[in-house]
Amino acid sequence: MIRFDKVTKQLGGRNVLDELSFEIQKGEIFTIVGPSGTGKSVTLKHMVRLLTPTRGSVWIDGTEISAANGSGLDRVRERFGYLFQGGALLGWMSVAENIALPLREKTRLTEDEIGARVTDALRAVGLEGDGGKFPSEISGGMQKRAGLARAIVNRPEIVLYDEPTSGLDPVTARTIDQLIKRLNEELGITSVVVSHDLQGALLIADRIAMLTGGKFVEVSPPEKFVATAQPDVRSFLDAQFISKKGLAGM
Amino acid sequence: MITREPVYTDEPDNALTGIWRSVVLGVGDIGRAGSLTVQALAGIPALFAAGRRRHEWARQMFLMGIKTLPVISVVGMFTGMILGLQVGLELRRFNQEIYIGSAVMVSLLREMGPFMTGLILAACVGSSMAAQIGTMTVNDEIAALEIMSISPVRFLMAPRMAAMVVMTPVLSFYTCVLGVIGGGIVGVTQLNVPLDQYISMAMDFARMRDLYVGLLKALVFGVVITGVSCYEGFTTTQGAVGVGQATRRSVITSFLLILVLGYIITRLFYDL
Repeated sequence: MIRFDKVTKQLGGRNVLDELSFEIQKGEIFTIVGPSGTGKSVTLKHMVRLLTPTRGSVWIDGTEISAANGSGLDRVRERFGYLFQGGALLGWMSVAENIALPLREKTRLTEDEIGARVTDALRAVGLEGDGGKFPSEISGGMQKRAGLARAIVNRPEIVLYDEPTSGLDPVTARTIDQLIKRLNEELGITSVVVSHDLQGALLIADRIAMLTGGKFVEVSPPEKFVATAQPDVRSFLDAQFISKKGLAGM
Repeated sequence: MITREPVYTDEPDNALTGIWRSVVLGVGDIGRAGSLTVQALAGIPALFAAGRRRHEWARQMFLMGIKTLPVISVVGMFTGMILGLQVGLELRRFNQEIYIGSAVMVSLLREMGPFMTGLILAACVGSSMAAQIGTMTVNDEIAALEIMSISPVRFLMAPRMAAMVVMTPVLSFYTCVLGVIGGGIVGVTQLNVPLDQYISMAMDFARMRDLYVGLLKALVFGVVITGVSCYEGFTTTQGAVGVGQATRRSVITSFLLILVLGYIITRLFYDL
């Protein structure tokens, strides 16, 4: 569904991504982990052409999004939902108005239908009753959940999550993880998650990829990922006190 | 699509290369800012077709017009008073102070009204636009709009452009009116020019063309301020520091363009 074909991205004189190639299947939860500054968010931004590869190409099904423009790019982007690190809610709109925004601007739904969809989305992320609040009036975790509600309200095929649990308390972080898993199972949404949180990744991911030096040094299901001998992965796992037996072995 | 990637990712080899790159980047900036301005102007008709966007247009007009009214009022009044006093003192040396009304009126309509309005709007409204959009850019809100296939230019810039297109000429005219009143106060109270003579001289010497050219200047200044400020906002990088830099650049560039374009428009409409 999503395919990177030898993507190289130069930023600040260095190759942040270095001939990166991989493929994500429909309905999969694909989690990208790695140290800070290794290009995880850059990888995600290439999937919706917020960034363009210096070399190589990015494909969404049969469309090369890295070369798309105008209405062609809009059509591909409409298949995506994107949860930004900070939620990226518009500050002068209430939470409900933020969630309703893509429906109001891009669909011909009536206000009643939009209201119903917004209520459903708010309920899905556990924010029912908070729709009237403004982003500045809610916590960082609630902003993330509101951002997630906006990302899914248009019923996208693919949702990209940029650090969905960073800065959250462990309970809220696990709630978000469960929500990602539930959306994947109930709606068949393909999910790409960028995260530092390996524990969450091990709980929800179908495959985990470790990005270091512009390349994936390991791409495998969680049980194989924790058992690998790859040194970069091992040190990353050790730093989060995860043994070769995985979370159960802690 | 709003470009948010650096054109050059490496350091220049030498000073000449650095200068050449600055020229290329400058030309690119002008081209992209011009393109965004045209897109925003083209988006104005669609604004009036959508009810929700009309509300945003009205809100922007309120912010630009009503919120800046106190500053504009003071500046307009004192511009007219200063003009009246300076011109009046010189004219009195020749016992011609009765012409103070015409000098104040023509100066304000042709130049000072739109010029002062442009500067105030660039400082108050343009800086605010650049800061707001710049903050949205560094907070990924602009990227979020793009991913939702909502054009930030149509969604954010077009309502601001439409508001400026309406409010700049209106505020310019208001500045002129207050300036003429200010000049009149100085003329009547300090130069002993009879009020009826001040008014008749002001009305006799002013031509409709002066008013139209002044309003055209104000309109152009409004478009330029919005174009520059929004472009600076959309291309903001590097967090809070970048927002500050974008705000400063938007004000400086707007000031310079107001001066240069003011001269060009005057030269186009008035023969030597």
